[in-house]
Amino acid sequence: MTGRTGRTVALLMLLLAAVRADEIPASQRLSGYDMMGAEAQAMQRDDFANPAMLAVKEGEALWKAAPGEGRPSCQSCHGEAAATMGGVAARFPAREGTTGRLLDLPGQIQACQTERQGLPPATRESAALLALEAYLAVQSRGQPLASPRARGLGDAVSRGEALYRQRFGQLDLSCAQCHSQNWGRSLGGTRIPQAHPTGYPLFRMEWQAIGSLQRRFRNCMTGIRAEPFPPGAPEWIDLEIYLKERAAGMAIDAPAVRP
Amino acid sequence: MSEQAGHAGTRRLPWLAIAAFFAVLAMPARAQPAVPEAGPLPVSRPPDAENGRRIVADRRKGLCLLCHSGPFPEVRFQGDLAPSLAGAGSRWTPAQLRARLIDSRQVNGETIMPPYFRAEGQTRMARAFAGRTILTAEEIEDVTAFLATLRE
Ligand code: HEC
Ligand code: HEC
Repeated sequence: MTGRTGRTVALLMLLLAAVRADEIPASQRLSGYDMMGAEAQAMQRDDFANPAMLAVKEGEALWKAAPGEGRPSCQSCHGEAAATMGGVAARFPAREGTTGRLLDLPGQIQACQTERQGLPPATRESAALLALEAYLAVQSRGQPLASPRARGLGDAVSRGEALYRQRFGQLDLSCAQCHSQNWGRSLGGTRIPQAHPTGYPLFRMEWQAIGSLQRRFRNCMTGIRAEPFPPGAPEWIDLEIYLKERAAGMAIDAPAVRP
Repeated sequence: MSEQAGHAGTRRLPWLAIAAFFAVLAMPARAQPAVPEAGPLPVSRPPDAENGRRIVADRRKGLCLLCHSGPFPEVRFQGDLAPSLAGAGSRWTPAQLRARLIDSRQVNGETIMPPYFRAEGQTRMARAFAGRTILTAEEIEDVTAFLATLRE
């Protein structure tokens, strides 16, 4: 052990302390819903007013219908979603048993389409994929997000945290600088949320559409003038896993509504 | 720490680390370094404070009021992530204001304020902005000239 190593260790410990200093204590965690105005909250709570519920309806139809001659429907393998899919959205992303790769929920739907239904996978952000994702998410409403670390995804949590703390783009900002260090403040009139992924996919009035968590990530990346990762990239999935570790225990409230 | 300590390194690591940790904590806070300064950038025309004001108020160009507030009654939504720009010209010299604009990391390594005249060192720059600074040299001089007029 040299003096240099000693100093390095001390520095690392200091850095670690500094890195953790901005973690939001459980008692202060707020969902995007908690931070919205009363009007948007009311719209999210009311299934008849929530525009994302249309996608849920479409998702239900897609779940039940055979996608073609001799091709099985989702339901013919999995049964009634209400009976078998509760809690599934709460424990995604997950490691695929056969390949070991990490799949988010849309990735799992695509895998079922190619491997079990013999179909080309629906593209990310397509209406069909968002509808199925929304239908599955609704089956886990009210359930707590499971801790990815507790499910053996500690590696991905660490990679995701590194991305969360990495400065990106021409504006040279990290996710943490906005969502951990400045949440609740006003960025030109928009309140910065804590970035808990409890409500996705969700209807965003600015999009006039339902969109995925990755679409939200992409918006934040382009906002800081960074090149977003491609759709479905492993980096996005690591980020999602980190955000879910950070939000573990918070209740799923999909499909949410945002201004 | 001596050479001999090297052999017991792994065993002693926690104690050394803890001792070093407190040693670092006990160190006096680093003397406040002088506020960085930067001289005028080479420009093709004289600074234009009025254009500087326009840049500061423009959400897409200067982006300043996303984080700051200031004496801009016509701008409806101003940020509260940063101190008000009112009086900035009394608190800082033009050389200090210019240094902060060029690369605020030189002033505060942890700052959230973007580097307005640095196009290197960023990660994953969007293609449309690759190799480009947020403002040009002329615009930096314009904004510096404008900020210098904000006196209390
Ligand atoms: C410059 C500030 C800033 C940075 C940097 C930033 N975001 Fe955001 N983010 C926002 C704001 C503001 C919103 C809310 C937008 C709205 O409601 O219109 C938001 C929304 C979100 C949401 C949605 C939360 C919800 O409740 O729906 C997520 C998730 C998110 N950001 C993740 C990220 C990630 C991951 C990164 C880094 C890749 C990042 N953000 C970088 C400002 C930022
Ligand atoms: C993303 C946030 C952000 C943006 C955008 C931003 N700033 Fe700042 N600025 C800060 C913060 C935070 C500080 C406080 C010191 C620090 O943390 O570095 C600061 C400090 C300053 C100061 C010193 C203030 C004082 O009196 O102590 C000036 C002057 C300034 N900024 C000018 C500008 C101008 C001009 C622009 C646009 C061309 C701008 N800033 C854009 C975040 C920002």
